Amino acid sequence: MAVCIAVIAKENYPLYIRSTPTENELKFHYMVHTSLDVVDEKISAMGKALVDQRELYLGLLYPTEDYKVYGYVTNSKVKFVMVVDSSNTALRDNEIRSMFRKLHNSYTDVMCNPFYNPGDRIQSRAFDNMVTSMMIQVC
Amino acid sequence: MEGLTLSDAEQKYYSDLFSYCDIESTKKVVVNGRVLELFRAAQLPNDVVLQIMELCGATRLGYFGRSQFYIALKLVAVAQSGFPLRVESINTVKDLPLPRFVASKNEQESRHATSYSSDSENQGSYSGVIPPPPGRGQVKKGPGSHDAVQPRPSTDQQEPASPVVSPQQSPPTSPHTWRKHNRHPSGGSSERPLAGPGPFWSPFGDTQSGSSAGDAVWSGQSPPPPQENWVSFADTPPTSTLLTMHPASVQDQTTVRTVASATTANEIRRQSSSYDDPWKITDEQRQYYVNQFKTIQPDLNGFIPGSAAKEFFTKSKLPILELSHIWELSDFDKDGALTLDEFCAAFHLVVARKNGYDLPEKLPESLMPKLIDLEDSADVGDQPGEVGYSGSPAEAPPSKSPSMPSLNQTWPELNQSSEQWETFSERSSSSQTLTQFDSNIAPADPDTAIVHPVPIRMTPSKIHMQELELKRAGSDHTNPTSPLLVKTSDLSEENKINSSVKFPSGNTVADGYSSSDSFPSDPEQIGSNVTRQRSHSGTSPDNTAPPPPPPRPQPSHSRSSSLDMNRTFAVTTGQQQAGVVAHPPAVPPRPQPSQAPGPSVHRPVDADGLITHTSTSPQQIPEQPNFADFSQFEVFAASNVTEEQDSEADKHPEILPTEKASDPATSLRIAQADGKIEEKTAASVPANVSKGTTPLAPPPKPVRRRLKSEDELRPDVDEHTQKTGVLAAVLASQPSIPRSVGKDKKAIQASIRRNKETNTVLARLNSELQQQLKDVLEERISLEVQLEQLRPFSHL
Repeated sequence: MAVCIAVIAKENYPLYIRSTPTENELKFHYMVHTSLDVVDEKISAMGKALVDQRELYLGLLYPTEDYKVYGYVTNSKVKFVMVVDSSNTALRDNEIRSMFRKLHNSYTDVMCNPFYNPGDRIQSRAFDNMVTSMMIQVC
Repeated sequence: MEGLTLSDAEQKYYSDLFSYCDIESTKKVVVNGRVLELFRAAQLPNDVVLQIMELCGATRLGYFGRSQFYIALKLVAVAQSGFPLRVESINTVKDLPLPRFVASKNEQESRHATSYSSDSENQGSYSGVIPPPPGRGQVKKGPGSHDAVQPRPSTDQQEPASPVVSPQQSPPTSPHTWRKHNRHPSGGSSERPLAGPGPFWSPFGDTQSGSSAGDAVWSGQSPPPPQENWVSFADTPPTSTLLTMHPASVQDQTTVRTVASATTANEIRRQSSSYDDPWKITDEQRQYYVNQFKTIQPDLNGFIPGSAAKEFFTKSKLPILELSHIWELSDFDKDGALTLDEFCAAFHLVVARKNGYDLPEKLPESLMPKLIDLEDSADVGDQPGEVGYSGSPAEAPPSKSPSMPSLNQTWPELNQSSEQWETFSERSSSSQTLTQFDSNIAPADPDTAIVHPVPIRMTPSKIHMQELELKRAGSDHTNPTSPLLVKTSDLSEENKINSSVKFPSGNTVADGYSSSDSFPSDPEQIGSNVTRQRSHSGTSPDNTAPPPPPPRPQPSHSRSSSLDMNRTFAVTTGQQQAGVVAHPPAVPPRPQPSQAPGPSVHRPVDADGLITHTSTSPQQIPEQPNFADFSQFEVFAASNVTEEQDSEADKHPEILPTEKASDPATSLRIAQADGKIEEKTAASVPANVSKGTTPLAPPPKPVRRRLKSEDELRPDVDEHTQKTGVLAAVLASQPSIPRSVGKDKKAIQASIRRNKETNTVLARLNSELQQQLKDVLEERISLEVQLEQLRPFSHL
């Protein structure tokens, strides 16, 4: 469903970013980058409450003409950003949530790997497969 | 065709070939194309091939059935051995070597030849036996190898299949060879099979990774390599592990043979589930893995933490990326630690990787952690079972190229697992929401739960508790008790009477029940006050402890209880209530018997009331009239004598108006004390007297207070008169109640109803009194403030 999926580290540098249409990748990269501001804004808005009460799923960050950007933040301030084609109207909020959940689970699996150094780019094949599955569904 | 007798080796060999050719998995017919390739690989002249086909009957039938296929193979062997092709030669030729099929890839052969040259033992009379396996392997790998030698156009078609098939074929061949070795020691050619595929490995490994399946077979099958590979962990990895394997295998035939013996035991199973063989762990390998596990973690049931595993596997000098992938594959439960199974799987994968095999996309079946204890040899046996368990996932490991299939396989798993995760998380989230809901709901209960004093008890104790509850939620009580008001006035009166009667015993019933009744006659008021007092003095507003249902002795005491009530009411009302009474509710039947107890009851009641309401004037003022009312009511109820009631009812109205303004309480008291109307008439005087006579000191006080507050209480009295009127009505209706009773259920029920109504009335009265109390208190406060304001001036 997603056109572009990105995993951003706490320091706001990308750990993993992939887009389906290989062309115009720069456009998606830019969209993800701008969405980080929105993510930070949403995080700070709920900053008063305890972190636990803050919901991980941020929802629609901002829509553009062609795309909609959704966000998800983990408790360790790792952000997942997903760009979805606006023409894909079949996507419900629950589906987006489930996709983020899958992403989160795969990410935790990657973290569990002792050979993975936190902060490195994610090069796990399982993670790639999972992301591909999510993106292939679009096409 | 003649019957074909095959030796065991031949049988197995042929079946393998048949399954190889049976790409359509029909199990009965092999594809002609594949068969033809096979025959061409046999390096036989075409005419011979055609002859074979004719002989076996394929040309006649048009297809290769299993029997035809076997016959054809036999004929191929015959032809290869140089015997003339005859139908009879099928069975006549004994000790026929297995048909030999060589790949048409001459380059491979040359390569093999060169590599074989290094092997001194490439030979053997059983070259017929030996070559087939490597040849077979060649055949398989030929089509399997995408890049290297593919002269055949059909290889493209076979590519997808061969990677699957090749592992099927090659493994059986190895057991064949090894078995042959055991049987025919002539073959130092044991190396040949190993060597054969060995060289294959290097070229294939260099050229293309698709043949990893076949390579994996050998790596899985050869124990010596693992030893060396394991050694390589500590040392620098040999550049050509494959070649080292071969020399080692060459040198250590016994090891091979032992392995062969082990493999032969599993040969049959391997044939059936051959495609998983590449990843099977042999016993020796397993033992080695277990030993290594022990060096890290002595407890075989324990875990190896991720950090320790990282150090260990880093020694293998594999790239971190590959180690990471191996970890992903082997850590089955994703817990960051390796169990024995996971460790063996990881170790095996490392070994395979070091041998040049590419890592699979998905963990092979044989490497999946098993539930049973893997230290047993049963593992090896189980592996084939698991292998044969599912074909599709097993295809994934051998096939490197098809990434999509693996994706497709992972897809449903992901979807399923994700669905599971989704449901899980959804459940958890829903549970969270549920908990939130619960927490919100919880606090609301206590008050509301307590507010419903519905269970009206007849026992005084219960009534007392209920009255307490009612007091606490006075406003609320009005509502529940209002329905009671709706009841017939007769019933209400009766209930009131009864409640009032019972009241004295507990001093609770009346108040509790009749708070909202319009009935709040003196007895009720008194009762309520009394109970209030008692509640104040006794229990704190404990709404939470509704007393257990009384054992209902009271119903039997409809009469007697009423009498008691009358007594108490009479006492209380008489002493405490001054102006309220008005007309003692109908019939306070002057229960003579109650008189004695009346005062006694009254005394404690009064005492309590006085004790609690030691506060001066305003507080007691409102109470007194109520008490007076109650006392009248009690008196009425206690009588329970129709005549008396009637008379009293008659008299009370008379008394009421007369005594209203002045000494309603006194009149009540008189009634209580004397229990006689006459006394009532002389209420004013005897009231005082009674007050004085009543051994209670307190009683006079209320009297005085009453006197003082009479004026203030007049409005209250008016209200109370109304209430007393209701009481009178009730009492009037009471005469209808048979006195003897206590036994009739109807009477009991009637008394219950009456008591309930009286309770409601009393409850209502109670609330009203409390309101009055509040008002009085406010007045007091204002007065005190004024005093304070004045004092400084006085001081000054």
